[in-house]
Amino acid sequence: MEVALNWYLALSAVLFTIGTLGVLFRRNAIVLLMSVELMLNAVNLTLVAFSQSMGDPGGQILVFFSIAVAAAEAAVGLAIVIAVFRSEVTVDITEINLFKH
Amino acid sequence: MASPLMFFFLATVAVTAALGMVIARSPVSSALWLVLNLFCVAGLYLTLNASFIGVIQILVYAGAIMVLFLFVIMLLNLSTLPEMEEMNWAGVGGFILGMAVLSQLLYVVALEFDLGVEPVAPETAAQVGSAATLGEVLFTRYALHVEVAGILLLAATVGAVMMAQRKFN
Repeated sequence: MEVALNWYLALSAVLFTIGTLGVLFRRNAIVLLMSVELMLNAVNLTLVAFSQSMGDPGGQILVFFSIAVAAAEAAVGLAIVIAVFRSEVTVDITEINLFKH
Repeated sequence: MASPLMFFFLATVAVTAALGMVIARSPVSSALWLVLNLFCVAGLYLTLNASFIGVIQILVYAGAIMVLFLFVIMLLNLSTLPEMEEMNWAGVGGFILGMAVLSQLLYVVALEFDLGVEPVAPETAAQVGSAATLGEVLFTRYALHVEVAGILLLAATVGAVMMAQRKFN
């Protein structure tokens, strides 16, 4: 017996929602970035499930590039967090208001 | 595709780890929960016979990206744990929004329950997900894209170094 494609899609939906809730609820900027990684990961799971079910490698190529972009996003995001922390000494997103004057 | 038992075990651990990441108070605990979640998703890729992406997931996500996160947490030295956030209207609104997203996604999955996708044989799937097939496609048809991704990563590295040196005033 095999697991149907729908189970993978449902699991991906649940993981994506947990990531969304993390972005909405948490105030720590680092945990916020980690939640975004979780959401990207959920979408990757959908792509791989479809790609493997249909026997088409295109979806997995897209996941490969998506992982590369996620790595770039994490690097730049964490650099911004460090830069903000050096002047504001906080990573709480409710206390960071650099554009407000 | 693997046995349902393996899938449901990995899925349960993945969802638990994701919830643990959102709920944990310390950023280090959050990062470690996320590592567990990423390992479970890598296991799910292996149950789909996608061996190449599964290994890449462990190497890049669970290895490189999470080490980056843990290094930043260590550098920032966040000694005081944040207070538990009290319930407010923004929290209620966020919860409702999150549930709306979940119900919409599950509705779409349930609506098209019969996807019309005839799953290919496991042998074919294992062949499609292998490093040989993906490497061949990646370096012939998508060769330009690989170059562009390389330039993107270089730009991100240079940009990250520039940003981390700066001090906002």
